[in-house]
Amino acid sequence: MFYRTSGQFKTTYESDQALFPIKQDMILLVVILAAMYVIFPMFASEFTYKALLVPVLIYSLASLGLNILTGYAGQLSLGTAGFMGVGAYACYKITTIFPEMNIVIALFLSGFFSAAVGVAFGLPSLRIKGFYLAIATLASQFFLVWLFEKWAWLYNYNASGAIEVRTMDIFGLVVTGPTASPVVQYYFVLGIVSVVTFAMINLTRGRYGRTWKAVRDMDIAAELVGINLMRAKLSAFAVSSYIVGIAGAMMVFFWKGAAEPNLFDIPMSFQIVFIAIIGGLGSVMGNFLGAILIVALPVVLNLLPELLGLSIGSATMEHVNVMVIGSLIIMFLIVEPHGLARFWALIREKLIIWPFPH
Amino acid sequence: MSVMDPTLEEVKRKAEGREVLLDLENVSLSFGGVKAITNISFNIKKGEIRAIIGPNGAGKTSMLNVINGFYQPQEGVITFNGEKRRSMKPHLAVSQGIARTFQNVALFKGMSTLDNIMAGRATRMKQNMLWQMLYWGPAQREEIEHRKKVEEIIDFLEIQHIRRTPVGTLPYGLQKRVELARALAMEPELLLLDEPMAGMNLEEKEDMSRFILDVNDQLGTTIALIEHDMGVVMDLSDRVVVLDYGRKIADGVPEEVQSNPEVIDAYLGVSH
Repeated sequence: MFYRTSGQFKTTYESDQALFPIKQDMILLVVILAAMYVIFPMFASEFTYKALLVPVLIYSLASLGLNILTGYAGQLSLGTAGFMGVGAYACYKITTIFPEMNIVIALFLSGFFSAAVGVAFGLPSLRIKGFYLAIATLASQFFLVWLFEKWAWLYNYNASGAIEVRTMDIFGLVVTGPTASPVVQYYFVLGIVSVVTFAMINLTRGRYGRTWKAVRDMDIAAELVGINLMRAKLSAFAVSSYIVGIAGAMMVFFWKGAAEPNLFDIPMSFQIVFIAIIGGLGSVMGNFLGAILIVALPVVLNLLPELLGLSIGSATMEHVNVMVIGSLIIMFLIVEPHGLARFWALIREKLIIWPFPH
Repeated sequence: MSVMDPTLEEVKRKAEGREVLLDLENVSLSFGGVKAITNISFNIKKGEIRAIIGPNGAGKTSMLNVINGFYQPQEGVITFNGEKRRSMKPHLAVSQGIARTFQNVALFKGMSTLDNIMAGRATRMKQNMLWQMLYWGPAQREEIEHRKKVEEIIDFLEIQHIRRTPVGTLPYGLQKRVELARALAMEPELLLLDEPMAGMNLEEKEDMSRFILDVNDQLGTTIALIEHDMGVVMDLSDRVVVLDYGRKIADGVPEEVQSNPEVIDAYLGVSH
């Protein structure tokens, strides 16, 4: 009904390979972007930014990074949080050593450090696959958190052992530290997430995406069509860890304001794996849907009784929350094991051919 | 034999006039104590369809794996296009112009037909990551230029209607055809086909035979073919080499091979 594609003809390969071959997709995206950039900021409170919008965006980005590695290139990783930590600590050190540097530049530079660490820990992938590789990445997780604790240089020899973000500004606008306004931070996060997502959509539909997917689907055949497996796998590790590193740095600089090493421990790695799986492996959009389900829904559920005028103790609510989220995850995985992104793809397909059954 | 069929002498003369594309000399391959290939020599000439046949376990697939660098033979000299090769990796063999298909379909199941064939051109695409992230300028031009080539192959093999279909959902015969398309996308000089007709029905076999002849005829691709259907092999190929237990037992034009007593023994068995 809304997705009527009749009358949209493609006469060049250029238009056939456009980002949005169907006009309605573009309209939908414009609506979403308008909501994110204009409408939300008109109504959102400080709480909404801190608890909903910024976390969802940052987790989406981290999950996007993981998805490049696991969903596209098929290399299972359980060390995501560790690589986020590398990004965060690298950004912290860069801003300490070069206090005058623009924070956005520092952010994008810190990604290179996590990319390098990611490639180093990705080397085992040249020999081992699947669960065995997952265990190898788990080793990186433990090692990195241990390193964040023990290497005092990383946190500038603080007594607390934690990193704390000082106040920084860009052209007089305070963007980090306790005095920064959540709106400004939100716009920075949104901007960076938009740019990275755009780049990744393009990368995954071009040569790199095909190379990674070929390695994922059948590595021997990939080698025999001329793909260099080593380069394909390591480039996936590099791109993935780069994005994950930026997400980690943003988490500390634009959201939490401070971080202890255990923030980057296994639970967060698993949370991001869940987001990627529930959102849909091998999809860019799925990460956002997954993050909404896993990060935003608990917050909304917590608020629900209050809004409905029910008086439920916060401890009870916490339990109910876990139960609801847990059953939702199970339900979604039963209904659509390929994640929310596939769920949406099916709905969209149905809408395009509606009212005909096929 | 109809009037149009060339005589045996004509076929032989045609084969002799051709240049050698790939030459194998005393190649041996073993895995531990198991000898897969023992001291085999033969050549493949430019523009011909060369069949490799033999009973199960004769070493045919190992032979293809040696040719495209998946296995390293312990002994022997391999010359491709006049160049002796020392060690070989599969992805380097592709850039030299050797492509292949597999006995069991080895497509990238999660990708569409179009993406599968485009993946065959991975080594020919050169634009760096930065341009690709923008999908603009040189990266977009490159993508479109390769898309054109891929569409030509899609037209050639008559698979336009399944362009956007994920290959995992296609019927077996079409999957085999997509695999051939992917191999052709590499624009190979030498195309290795490992049982292209295994498990097909008669109609699919006829289609595939036609495509193999068309590829050979119109694109001028040299083809090395493993196949168990003797009717197909004898009809399609210019020359046949027969392996048994890793040894070469016959080599020549189909008529010669068919009447070779050793070949008949290998296939039918012989009483001792």
